[in-house]
Amino acid sequence: MEQLTFRDVSYRQGGKEILKGVSAQFSAGDFVSIVGPSGSGKSTFLRLCCHLISPTEGKIFFHGKDMLQEDPIGLRKKISYCFQEPVLWGNTVEDNVAFPYRVRDRKIDREKIVSLLARFHLDESYLSHEVKGLSGGEKQRISLIRTLLFEPEILLLDEVTSALDAENTELIEKEILRLNRKGVTVLWVTHNAAQSRKYADRLLTLENGRIQSLEEIK
Amino acid sequence: MNGANISDASLLMASSLVLVSLLFSYFQKLRLEKETLISVIRAVIQLFAVGYVLQFIFGLRNPAVTTLIVLFMTFNAALNAAKRGKGIKNGILISFLSILVGAGATLSVLVLSGAVRYEANQIIPISGMIISNAMVAIGLCYRQLTGDFKSRRNEVEIKLSLGADLLPASMDILRDSIRTGMVPTIDSTKTLGIVSLPGMMSGLILAGTSPLMAIRYQIMVTFMLLSTTAISSFMACFLSYRTFFNERKQLL
Repeated sequence: MEQLTFRDVSYRQGGKEILKGVSAQFSAGDFVSIVGPSGSGKSTFLRLCCHLISPTEGKIFFHGKDMLQEDPIGLRKKISYCFQEPVLWGNTVEDNVAFPYRVRDRKIDREKIVSLLARFHLDESYLSHEVKGLSGGEKQRISLIRTLLFEPEILLLDEVTSALDAENTELIEKEILRLNRKGVTVLWVTHNAAQSRKYADRLLTLENGRIQSLEEIK
Repeated sequence: MNGANISDASLLMASSLVLVSLLFSYFQKLRLEKETLISVIRAVIQLFAVGYVLQFIFGLRNPAVTTLIVLFMTFNAALNAAKRGKGIKNGILISFLSILVGAGATLSVLVLSGAVRYEANQIIPISGMIISNAMVAIGLCYRQLTGDFKSRRNEVEIKLSLGADLLPASMDILRDSIRTGMVPTIDSTKTLGIVSLPGMMSGLILAGTSPLMAIRYQIMVTFMLLSTTAISSFMACFLSYRTFFNERKQLL
């Protein structure tokens, strides 16, 4: 059974049709790059995937079940979305990485946090760093760590490396690839043509809210 | 009491002070003469009307009428507060309940502690003060809430996408909004007696009450304003944040 299915999905907002008749299927472990010009509906596509918005027409199925019949919070715990612009809250990095535990009523697993920080080349001392003083690259890494503390089934990435330098970009790419190899489905919106073909198995091109092509990458 | 005694004649003479304002406006070409006159006439008519109405109500000595008046004041305040929260569903009802509970809790403590009696001449002026304060606080809360749910949209959606329910996703915005509602009351509390001699306390002193008694009243008023503002702001924010989401827990 497919993990995520779009069946003739349209999304309209304020009289403007942002996505039109989109149909696509994704299986567990897929790595799909999503490309297209600005305003082609890429972010809307990701927001639909994690149920931050619902289609105005058509249906989206997760494991064969209509998303509208599922608990929205349960869905979002399995389908995580990392935004283009990292937003951190509270005072310290710890306030942010504690959030996913708080919303699940779980005790903070410090060991796991520290090991994830290390994967993204950040040491334990970062937990007490004030969020105000962090660089763009650090913020994006923390934001990604926050998303990955509870491994999702599907990871949605919205141009997460567009504002980062080569070193930070490579670090994040490697970590995403590692997760994908463990079976996490990755849907990655990117503007970078080289990046879109680097790791993905498929390339989905959106234009004017329609799927222009969905090609296999060899 | 040997306070200031204002006869009709002295009130009439005092009205010459309005002339000062009119003359300033005329010679400085401020073009405020018409507005000043209208506002003064309105104020005099309104205050005389309210004076006679209160005199009549106080004379009735009927707790049911007093309660009705308090409910009427609360409803008007709710109408006004709800205007600041356009887009908040059931804004009038939420504001009404918030002010009612805030004012009700405060009045109950005051009556049960024996600080005031449940009589029109005590309950109505006190209610006026706390209800209007709650109204302003709730209005500020609504402005902050609606502004924050727009400007901090990304933050809320990130929290939702991390699996948060509506309350944890909105908690920081709620805290900031409640704070915004309460800060003016706390600020004015800090400067009491240093920057301002509040109207009520000044009024009591003018009417001949000793300053030591007047400050007791003012201390009581300060306490009741603080508690009403806190209860009303808290309730209004917690009852209204869900209206920014749809039934699928998506931010509108």
